[in-house]
Amino acid sequence: MRPALFALGLVLLAFPALAAEDPVAPYAISNANAGATPLDAGAFAAFGGREGVARIVDRFVTRNRTDPRTADIFKGSDPERLVRVLNEHFCYVLGGGCSYTGRDMKAAHTDMGVQQRDMGAVVENLQDAMDAEGVPFTAQNRFLAKLAPMRRVIVQR
Amino acid sequence: MRTLLLTLLACCFAAPAAAAPAYASGGKLRLTRGVTTVEGTSGGGLATWALIAGDETRDGLGATANATVVRTGDFQLHTYGAAVGAWNRVELSYQRQAFDTLDAGAALGLGEGFTFGQDIYGAKLRLAGDAVYDQDRWLPQLAVGVQHKRADKGAIIRAVGGVRDSDTDVYVSATKLYLAQSLLLSGAVRFTRANQFGLLGYGGDKGDDHTTQFEGSVGWLATRHLLVGAEVRTKPDRLGFAREQAAWDAYAAWSITRRLTLTAAYVDLGDIATFRDQRGLYLSLQAGF
Repeated sequence: MRPALFALGLVLLAFPALAAEDPVAPYAISNANAGATPLDAGAFAAFGGREGVARIVDRFVTRNRTDPRTADIFKGSDPERLVRVLNEHFCYVLGGGCSYTGRDMKAAHTDMGVQQRDMGAVVENLQDAMDAEGVPFTAQNRFLAKLAPMRRVIVQR
Repeated sequence: MRTLLLTLLACCFAAPAAAAPAYASGGKLRLTRGVTTVEGTSGGGLATWALIAGDETRDGLGATANATVVRTGDFQLHTYGAAVGAWNRVELSYQRQAFDTLDAGAALGLGEGFTFGQDIYGAKLRLAGDAVYDQDRWLPQLAVGVQHKRADKGAIIRAVGGVRDSDTDVYVSATKLYLAQSLLLSGAVRFTRANQFGLLGYGGDKGDDHTTQFEGSVGWLATRHLLVGAEVRTKPDRLGFAREQAAWDAYAAWSITRRLTLTAAYVDLGDIATFRDQRGLYLSLQAGF
């Protein structure tokens, strides 16, 4: 038992963020889980780099949790992990050079009961968050073009 | 007309209450239900698209109501109607057209303000594809549709060489929104023998078989609420007494609210009933949910 606890402690020390997040079942980590190939680095710059993306993700998650159309879908998710993986995901897809360590789109959305119209509401919340950050409309659409095909695996009902 | 306008406004305010859970409404992004053509199907103003009426997704029902006025140099067209969309798969529509000849009516020997009318019953089926979400596929959204048209001035139609006063157009349409370019493209092939959209009947002294015509739209999504672009629509030219050409327009469609879309366009309908170069303003209001 003691070696296992010791190993666990090492893991928690190495990945302090994990100490605060709810655990998930193990999975293979790969950028391919992001479900899209990255845009060029100019896209990341149009979104305001790391700080801009962080603000967008915060607004996006807050909106989704408070919007009556989407609150039910998001209430079961761990907000700390969600913010972390969304930042990684957006940064990776926008060509910011981050590694995405989250689950693939299908696994990440299993059992959330997402319907097609929920996806429309979530996209609108993302558009609002990008608008608030001042991301140019054409840059927003280039990003949405990467996300749109994910509806196929996200909507499982 | 007043009743129609009241219906349009009632739709805007009543629709949230009408969104019962059993018929899940909503889900489409703004402007992605299209506006309504002069023939009552979802599309641009002149060209029909492969989109299905209403804001619903595959889980629900949606509907639109529209009223349009077109004023060219010598004529005026009022058209209004409604369409329902089911599960983003099937669209049914009814549209009424009233083509007022104004003073030209007198010159044509019909009487001032003589009005040609037409009822158009439409059905459209989405075959495959999603114009908005299939951004990683080359396949556009594809639909087939029919428009059964019944014109009401049969005697005049026959007098000017038209063969019949009711007929059915069949079309195939393809529409895609290229999000990465903020660009909408749509094209349709229509099998028709309608003269001036059917207002002057179907078939003529110059030929009575169905012809293959093309209609298409391009649009640039300038903002979430504004689509600007142009359209073209070719037409048969079957009446010996008055030649007919392709129509085109340049438009701006503005999503004022989630429910209300206002479209303004400069339209060129070509020659109509010997009156040359009929150009002017197109204005349309659509309410949808």
